[in-house]
Amino acid sequence: MELLAQQVLNGLVTGSVYSLVALGLTLIYGTMQVPNFAHGQLFMFGAYLSYALVMRAGFHYWAAMAVAVLTLAVAGAALERLVFRPLRHAPHLNSMIAALGMMLLLEAVAQNIWGPEFRQTDTPYGGIVSLFGLPVAAHRLILLAAAAASMTALLLFLTRTTAGAAIRATAQDPEGALLVGIDTSRIAMATFAISAAMAAVAGALIAPISLVYPAMGTLVTLKAFVIVVLGGMGSVTGALIGGYLLALAESLGGTYVSSTYQDLIAFVVLALVFTFRPTGLFKASV
Amino acid sequence: MAALVKWVALVVAVILPLVLPNEYYLQILTQAYVFAISACGLNVILGLAGQLSLAHAGFFGIGAYAVALLATKAGVSFWLGLPAGVALCALSGYAVGSICLRSKGHYFAIFTMAVGIIIHLVIQKWESLTHGHIGVIGIPGPGPIGPISFDSAIARSYLALFFLVATVFAITRLVRSPVGRTWMAVRESEPLAAAVGVNVMAAKRLAFMISAALAGLAGGLFAGFIGFLGPEAANVETTFNTLLYVMVGGIGSLSGPVAGTFIVYGLSQVLAVLHEYQMVIFGLALVLLILFMPAGLAGAMRSLMRPRPARVKPQ
Repeated sequence: MELLAQQVLNGLVTGSVYSLVALGLTLIYGTMQVPNFAHGQLFMFGAYLSYALVMRAGFHYWAAMAVAVLTLAVAGAALERLVFRPLRHAPHLNSMIAALGMMLLLEAVAQNIWGPEFRQTDTPYGGIVSLFGLPVAAHRLILLAAAAASMTALLLFLTRTTAGAAIRATAQDPEGALLVGIDTSRIAMATFAISAAMAAVAGALIAPISLVYPAMGTLVTLKAFVIVVLGGMGSVTGALIGGYLLALAESLGGTYVSSTYQDLIAFVVLALVFTFRPTGLFKASV
Repeated sequence: MAALVKWVALVVAVILPLVLPNEYYLQILTQAYVFAISACGLNVILGLAGQLSLAHAGFFGIGAYAVALLATKAGVSFWLGLPAGVALCALSGYAVGSICLRSKGHYFAIFTMAVGIIIHLVIQKWESLTHGHIGVIGIPGPGPIGPISFDSAIARSYLALFFLVATVFAITRLVRSPVGRTWMAVRESEPLAAAVGVNVMAAKRLAFMISAALAGLAGGLFAGFIGFLGPEAANVETTFNTLLYVMVGGIGSLSGPVAGTFIVYGLSQVLAVLHEYQMVIFGLALVLLILFMPAGLAGAMRSLMRPRPARVKPQ
């Protein structure tokens, strides 16, 4: 029973990360129809920036996270402006290849700056607390709460503000959005900034309890794609729920089925879904 | 003009192994031939049929491991293992293609990426068969055919060159046949191709199968020439490298992928400076290429040779 509870908690922690990354991926896909293969690398950079600021520059944990999030937001906007906007009217093959190139580039840059070693960040919440008799690292609870707060903030922003409505309108119908006077170029840039920021939040949150290394983004990108495909490309709620579901399936499957093939679960699920539903589980409506 | 360039390239390729200063360069040359075969394979599905398959390294791995395991576990010679590996790749290409190609565009790319990762992870984790991370060592190379022995580095480079020339020749013939025209029709517009009676699924599946078989051929040669093999041969990075070779040379052109492989792989091996920053440069090159030169070198050559059209003044 304690093992089960422990695994559920692990699933929720990993799920928070998956959901935050998948949310950004689905927002970008919804508004720009770009599968951003480099999204996990933005997450990785978020983790590395918070590591470097805390461990090498002596920043406080939350201050480091704030700086990492802001930096990634600017980088995301630049990525849209410099790489994806010029390719907007090119064949869709081109933006996919550009995204693959960015994925390669960002990972290699991290490797050159910080080396291939595994790193870990210090957290001010290093203690163990007891949750209904279950020993839990305090940072894990902080992570759960912070992730939930960021996602709630994003959902409120998307549904309650004019800017959020403009993003949703662009995702539903870019031409219609232009017609009613929405500057879709600015929306695309803002979407990229927000998505990169969410990825950075996830990276900074996971850095103290998981290993930070250059290739940490690759599997996360791929799993985020699995989630987004399962939840419907462009669907925000799909990405949110799908992230937690996949992580729970992995942590429980890894414990009770096979730990060797734990990482395979996601891709086998994806392959099965595509085998029976070639366009994903839900119609690609936003 | 284009035919002349091809003949000159072939003559250079035949002379090159004789004048290279040492075995190290000879090995790089042989590897370049092998990777060029793989790049030609990716070009069939990506450049000719217009589908971004990210499972390419997976098939490279299947071909390589087929040759390696048949030789080390069952004592099958290279010359039987290689066609077996190619056939296995063609068959699995048929099966995977039948399922994956029902998804289109972005979905196809994501689906094949998942397939590539599954193949890589299975190779890495199935330790009783593949020895996992340690890999397979002591893979016997190609044995002699009659009086010709393939033990020397020069003989191996000519063998690789033979397979590359055969590959390019076969693809050229295919492209100029009705099959190649159906691929290009599918690439330009699937609904239009279907409307004029092209069986879109069959055309894409054939391209995928050939692409997988060529990846397997390259993988089998790779395993036999190098003598050892690890799971990283099948990882996503190998797919990206191959993609870069195709993009540099010119997507969809016949000799472009070969030229691209020689330039990118050759430079990355010869210049030590590049080696440290190899992936930084590769990634940046891929992005810059797609932004500023999406048709690659072949495209640049074409626009250089084409007479400049007379400018029409806007009214």
